Amino acid sequence: MSKITFLKPDRSNINAVLSIGIIFVIIGILDVFLNTFFKLNLLSSFPKGISILFPFIIAMIGFHLVRIEFSGSRTIDLLNKNINTSTFNAALTLLILFILIKAIPPSFSWMILDANISGDSKEACTGTGACWTYIKVWFRRFMYGMYPNEQHWRINTAFLLVIGLGTFGFFATEKMKKFLALYYVVIYPIMAFMIIYYLISGGYFGLEWIETGAWGGLSLTFIVSFFCLIFCFPLGMILALGRRSSLPAVRYVSIGYIEFWRGVPLITVLFMSSVMFPMFLPEDFFMDKLVRVIIAITLFEGAYCAEVIRGGLQSLPRGQYDAAKSLGMGYWKMHIFVILPQALKLVIPGICNTFLALVKDTPLIFVVGLAELAGMLALAKTNPEWLGYAMEGYIFAAIIFWIICYAMSKYSYNLEEKYKTER
Amino acid sequence: MKYRILAYIFFVIGFSDLFIKIFFGNIFNEFTEDYYEIANPILVFTPVLFFSIGGIFLKEARVNMSIENFGTSRFKYYTPQLVCLLFVVLIFLFFTFNAQINMENRGIDFGFGFLKQEASFDIQFSLVEYDGLDPYWWAYVAALLNTLLVAFLGIIFCTILGVIVGVARLSSNFLIKNAASWYIEFFRNIPLLLQIFFWYYAALRALPLPQDANSLFGVTYLTIKGYYMPSFVWNNLNIFIYLFLAAIISIIFVRYYAIKLRDTKGKQLPVFYISIFLLIFLPGLSFLIGGVTLNFEIPILKQLSATSFIYDGGISVPPELIALTLALSLYTATFIAECVRAGIQGISKGQKEAASSLGLTPNQVLKLVIMPQALRIIIPPTTNQYLNLTKNSSLAAAIAYPDLVLVFAGTALMQTGRAIEIVSITMLTYLSISLAIAALMNWYNKSIEIKEK
Repeated sequence: MSKITFLKPDRSNINAVLSIGIIFVIIGILDVFLNTFFKLNLLSSFPKGISILFPFIIAMIGFHLVRIEFSGSRTIDLLNKNINTSTFNAALTLLILFILIKAIPPSFSWMILDANISGDSKEACTGTGACWTYIKVWFRRFMYGMYPNEQHWRINTAFLLVIGLGTFGFFATEKMKKFLALYYVVIYPIMAFMIIYYLISGGYFGLEWIETGAWGGLSLTFIVSFFCLIFCFPLGMILALGRRSSLPAVRYVSIGYIEFWRGVPLITVLFMSSVMFPMFLPEDFFMDKLVRVIIAITLFEGAYCAEVIRGGLQSLPRGQYDAAKSLGMGYWKMHIFVILPQALKLVIPGICNTFLALVKDTPLIFVVGLAELAGMLALAKTNPEWLGYAMEGYIFAAIIFWIICYAMSKYSYNLEEKYKTER
Repeated sequence: MKYRILAYIFFVIGFSDLFIKIFFGNIFNEFTEDYYEIANPILVFTPVLFFSIGGIFLKEARVNMSIENFGTSRFKYYTPQLVCLLFVVLIFLFFTFNAQINMENRGIDFGFGFLKQEASFDIQFSLVEYDGLDPYWWAYVAALLNTLLVAFLGIIFCTILGVIVGVARLSSNFLIKNAASWYIEFFRNIPLLLQIFFWYYAALRALPLPQDANSLFGVTYLTIKGYYMPSFVWNNLNIFIYLFLAAIISIIFVRYYAIKLRDTKGKQLPVFYISIFLLIFLPGLSFLIGGVTLNFEIPILKQLSATSFIYDGGISVPPELIALTLALSLYTATFIAECVRAGIQGISKGQKEAASSLGLTPNQVLKLVIMPQALRIIIPPTTNQYLNLTKNSSLAAAIAYPDLVLVFAGTALMQTGRAIEIVSITMLTYLSISLAIAALMNWYNKSIEIKEK
């Protein structure tokens, strides 16, 4: 009986209880720790069933003892409040801690400690860890696809130019600001297209012509998502306005369009663009594969964009429309100067999500035979000289995509904060 | 009123069109040969067209033209619509015209007759009996069932995981909260295709060969060639199913009776325990007196050749299915977790306090007050995610899981060369799944929305 009262945390013998509890917790965690790192088992003499559960049980008892309200120590109170509010909570905490201790060291040592990066052939990879040499050797292929090595400066220059032109908005003076919308919707896409066409595709000014089949890698991901992003936005805007139009024919055409594209998977759309679309064009009319893919993705994402923009249009109070009308504005004037600026501000997060989905969807273009990053990985994986390094390749690609997408989502959050207006 | 009559006229035309097409073939076929040649691709879809026009008129009749287009002239009202319609019609005509010429050049004629031909390709994994001698339409059914299987499994797993992670995200425990949010940030920012590739080509390839595999739970084996489970061997399964149905029907009666008892006499019946008892007792009874027996067929290692082993008997789940289900559910669960979190956060604390001040027990508060309101917020976006999952399951083609896209839009298309028919059938299938779920969701939304006066 006295043992049970001893186990019950009490403020009368607080120091003893706390110290015993903390020691128990530390023993439990230390046991798992030593077990994973040094293959040591503190309780090897115990029966097998108990020695597996031992750290868990002992740490649970420890957490139970530590759980005292107003213990007088700030750290203990903070601990109790955050990770040790109840028995269930303590169990979950321990579970997560043990999983972290069990999972992180092996993956850390696989990725960094035992990994190889030196050398430039398969023989360099001797350790048990990851073989980053594979990534190093194939790096240019992963970034630029089958584009000739000595021509890579063209892709880099083109991207730098396009990004440079895109930052125009930051340096525009007050006077030029009213032309910004025109610049970004009309002039910028045309200029970007010209740059990419003349620089990357080539064929003019003494530059060698390189067919789109050779384009690939991450740069192709950027090219496809950049063009789709630019073109799908105006399309979505038109469709959103069409869906909210009071003219039945316009409305139903828009609804039919939006619901059709939203109802089919992108992969079938790409199939359509590659096998069915050529049937619909005149015989002698040739359209490049990449162009067809860009058109298909643009049509597809335009529908999603339209739904997001429609959400913004619907959330505007009716008074805005009435006020604009009472000032004598017509349909287009009302939308361009009053409705759309407010609505677009509201839908920034939604639009960014659509764009994120677009970037994440671009790997799908492998079904029509365009090898961007995921496609190049599949190609490298089947290379007889580099068999068996699929894991490294996919982790590398996952990290790259994760950085891009995470940065975009954080940026969209910042934009949302920046343009927030109190209503 | 005139819109409604027009709508019904179009419905009648559509029905008779469909009827004639099914039973008599195309009536224009004989006497207007040239006209038929050009218009054939359009004519196949005319019933759909008539039905949709009828539907539009019916919708217009309900809306009753209460849209404000005062202050606009007749010219301004009709011109944009005419231009829009003309644009659509011209695009369609242009495409059909070109398709006609192209098909003539390649010597293909448009039609769905090929569906009855022998498919003569094999499907690796199918839920129904299928071999190469079966026609194309049966291959289509087998592939569609595979797609639905993946979607079904994915939806179940992603819901379980999503709800757990969504609730964990709101936990007061620092570690759990952060683990949940890191899980969400990690998995939703990586393209789904890469995740599928990762699981299939990297993670599952690290599994042991069948002969080296250790058993999980004693009877199942997880190997590089798939997951092997024991299968059920039933005797007199139909008696068991009848009794199971009887249990469900009696539960419905018990519920009605309990509600009646509560309303008239104020008594509470323990409906939950009675239901569980009935569900176990009635089907269990069939084992005792119905002659129903249940055996397990356990997978056994079998040697095919010197180095090749497989497990024989039981159910084998192919690695493609495992990888696809894993990737789809891990990816979609992140979105569902966010929906669940938003739903729970959307309920104000006052609701809970008000309910408990009325004397409801914590369980009743959750069941009668919190959940109905949270579900109203959670369900619409979650249904959207289910739809996305179903559409994303078409990525199966990337790892050669025989789903609709791979079998039908891939193999069948290669063999027959009928691009237009096959791609449009595939797209229409996905479209009808999506529209059906969307319609169901709209109906559900209407039934649970707050009835305002």
